[in-house]
Amino acid sequence: MTYDQARTFVGERFGGAQVEGGPPLVVTVPVDQWTAFAQFARDDLRCRFFSFLTAVDWKEQGLEVVAKVDNVDDKVSVIMKSRLGPGVSTCPSLTPVYLGANWMEREGYDMFGIQFEGHPDPRRILLPDDWEGHPLLKSYAVDTPHPPYR
Amino acid sequence: MTHQKRPEGDKHSKLFESVTEGIHSFPGGFVVTTAADAFFNWARKSSVWPVTFGLACCAIEMMATFASRFDVERLGMVPWASPRHSDLMIVSGTVTIKMAPMLIRIYDQMPDPKWAVSMGSCANSGGPFRHGYHVVKGVDRIIPVDVYVPGCPPPPESLLNGLLLLQDQIKHFRRTGRRAAPNPKED
Repeated sequence: MTYDQARTFVGERFGGAQVEGGPPLVVTVPVDQWTAFAQFARDDLRCRFFSFLTAVDWKEQGLEVVAKVDNVDDKVSVIMKSRLGPGVSTCPSLTPVYLGANWMEREGYDMFGIQFEGHPDPRRILLPDDWEGHPLLKSYAVDTPHPPYR
Repeated sequence: MTHQKRPEGDKHSKLFESVTEGIHSFPGGFVVTTAADAFFNWARKSSVWPVTFGLACCAIEMMATFASRFDVERLGMVPWASPRHSDLMIVSGTVTIKMAPMLIRIYDQMPDPKWAVSMGSCANSGGPFRHGYHVVKGVDRIIPVDVYVPGCPPPPESLLNGLLLLQDQIKHFRRTGRRAAPNPKED
């Protein structure tokens, strides 16, 4: 599979998706097609390697979830993006599709407060369990006190 | 949170202090206590066993200091992995808010008299991560520190200099555990 084939393939299956670039292929899908697209990327684009999942805080425009999956055999990379919308912090989980998304989504909850629905173990992963707030949100003050250490 | 001060008299046990106080008040007793003080301080400074608290890249330089090229063992320092047998804690690296309770716990496990060396910018003040959300801005906010070693990371020579300064400090401890003023002739 080449990038051109992948681009047309995505265009046929996901009409509402916005496809840019290549390499890597950047696909922006509505949030209700998030897991469906991941399934498609894994089974049909044969992107079996889950590279990473993170998020971007666009302030009043809301959060955007970003994930990268790779087809290592054909050297095709797909970056999948989805806007959650202003004020929304829930997103369907990719863990049923990609097991590698498990810890990444826990980190996404840790840093951005995104609740991944369908995640098997939605705890904090990096920060202490009693931490308040989500530090990579733009609204988080850097000097938030943490008694007794700061 | 402010700078931690060492509590008065934490270098000696109460019993030791009262016994030396008694001897000291005898006629001519100061000869004994002063000599004993000098002897104990010599013994302490010649067998400072550091518990290694390597947290980040400074730990690599600390290991280099402990290894054969710089060889702190000739100063009587044996890097030891147990806080129960140690006199000195070298905090080498970034102290995060998540790690701070463990650091305090290990420090509390060390028997008195004990000392602490803060190694590198991160342990001194938070260093490049000072404006991060997760870093304790200096280990002196949670434990009392005797010697600060600057650098990012400090080379083994710097740490060695810090350890020699610490030995010098230990040499000047008085019976009551108060820190003596530095002697301009010697220091």
